[in-house]
Amino acid sequence: MTTSTVSARAVPTAGPATRTDTSGPARRRRSTNLTAYAFMAPFLVFFLLFLIWPVIHGVYLSMTDQSLTGAGGNFIGLANYAEAFADPRMWSSILNTLWFTLLSTVPLVVVALGMALLVQMGLPAQWLWRLSFFAPFLLASTVMSLIWAWLFNPSLGLINSILGSVGIAPVAWLQDPNVSMIAIVIATVWWTVGFNFLLYLAALQNIPDQQYEAAALDGAGKWRQLFSITIPQLKQTTILILILQVLASLKVFDQIYQMLQQAITPSTRSAVIYIFETGFTGYRFGYSSAISYIFFALIIIVALVQMRVTSRKGK
Amino acid sequence: MTDVIEKPQLADPRPTKGPGHLPGEKPFSGGRIIAFAILVVLAIGWLLPFAWAIATSLKTETDAASSSSWIPENGFTLGAYAQVLAEGNIPQWTINSFITSAIITFLTVATSALAAYALSRLSFAGRKFWYAAIVAAIIIPPQVLIIPLFYQALAFGLVDTFAGLILPQVVAPAMVFILAKFFDQVPIELEEAARVDGASRLRVFWSIVLPLSRPILAAVSIFVFIGAWNNFLWPFLVINNTELMTLPVGLQTVQSAFGVQYAQDMAAAMLAASPLIIVFLFFQRQIIKGISTTGLGGT
Repeated sequence: MTTSTVSARAVPTAGPATRTDTSGPARRRRSTNLTAYAFMAPFLVFFLLFLIWPVIHGVYLSMTDQSLTGAGGNFIGLANYAEAFADPRMWSSILNTLWFTLLSTVPLVVVALGMALLVQMGLPAQWLWRLSFFAPFLLASTVMSLIWAWLFNPSLGLINSILGSVGIAPVAWLQDPNVSMIAIVIATVWWTVGFNFLLYLAALQNIPDQQYEAAALDGAGKWRQLFSITIPQLKQTTILILILQVLASLKVFDQIYQMLQQAITPSTRSAVIYIFETGFTGYRFGYSSAISYIFFALIIIVALVQMRVTSRKGK
Repeated sequence: MTDVIEKPQLADPRPTKGPGHLPGEKPFSGGRIIAFAILVVLAIGWLLPFAWAIATSLKTETDAASSSSWIPENGFTLGAYAQVLAEGNIPQWTINSFITSAIITFLTVATSALAAYALSRLSFAGRKFWYAAIVAAIIIPPQVLIIPLFYQALAFGLVDTFAGLILPQVVAPAMVFILAKFFDQVPIELEEAARVDGASRLRVFWSIVLPLSRPILAAVSIFVFIGAWNNFLWPFLVINNTELMTLPVGLQTVQSAFGVQYAQDMAAAMLAASPLIIVFLFFQRQIIKGISTTGLGGT
């Protein structure tokens, strides 16, 4: 980045690091503490008020029978957790979430990598590729859902019209519980693959040209270069993209809620959808909080497993 | 660092191309033609939904609801747009989205940069603790906090207010981490020189560190702004008053209000999509850079 220009200018002015403050180490430490917390304070106010406190308060709520209507609020211990662990809807919502995560993460990483490799070849119309692949990421989930609900329309939608022209019978994409998860995944890949594509593109541009030049001098062909330079150099980026993508996919809510509207079925109900339903349409704040924490624990477990696996591979 | 390596290449008209641009390579070999063909197919696949949505938005409702042909029987019309603009609150929602996203971006970047500077540059009691707490907090998904956050919004009377919409979205531990990592790389010599000259910490931060950090601040701001502009779940929960809705939330109500008006649905979708897409067309390079640097954790 700009660091090189910075250090170039810094060299002549950099004198010996003498300290102006000579009033004793204790007072100096106290005044540094004061300055530091003055810098930290604005962030800490938001951090404690809108992140840490809700986390703590949520734990308490999860042990009450609090209702959205204001009723309840009695401490009931771990009853909500006991109920959740015996709730088949909660388990199916977690399984659906894991299923969606698996189905979406693979294409979101593989397609993004393919796009980035193709664009990086330096073919004409660079701006057009970037624009086409990334533009959907700029859409709000509601806009994306409106477009795809229309594309998936069983009788008037473009998808069935294209399938029909090659002789495939119309599919009830969003109405048939057996295919609606696939439909959600297709729309999600279209919507967010551009983000991973950009991350890969940035990583590709950081691979020094000299490596390719040296390989070419040694007689390595294009495919050889791809597998012995490009792919290994992208390992760190791939790990990062995988972690970010899995965590993002686990939190899926918007596109399911919006594309399926009232038609959410047991096979498409994700964990966050179930948290929303129990809390805001079932009014059961306490129970909903308990499910939130079970789901949160799952996210932490997934993240820890990922870190274990990737750090072992890194060695 | 990178400047030194990149400068000699400036003579090359396309300096950042990878393996495809080695000396002595034919500009259009067989492999490149195949790659080009794949790219064209992918790009068509990615642009087709936009094209279809725009085509639908330019039809009459009768045409949109009668066949999936691209060319409507009754010709193209801007009627659906006129209808949506006349009936709906889209201009109001656009203004709401802009105001709230701008405030969220400003507050997030300002508070995060100040905290990141302290974590990166100052040694103080509790520094390690806060650093660890902030990094650990990155993993907390806002989605699991909707119940306690809503409860809190009810208790503070923040439901159906901009404050309730904005404040919970300002906390971004990941941005603190990214900025702190960036500040770690800024050479300390300039600051020390200014300190010797008697400048206060705040003065050093404001007139030395911030100007040097412009690229990363722009990157983080773009990232936060797009996130806030498109955020759905929290604004959807906390705002019920149609006048105060943001674009994504308002659009959700349009769909149910218009029922099965496909042309109007698509016109509303295109109107809601246009501000960010237009901004993107003008600032493509900066936005791409902002997204990729922030997404890659500031590196």
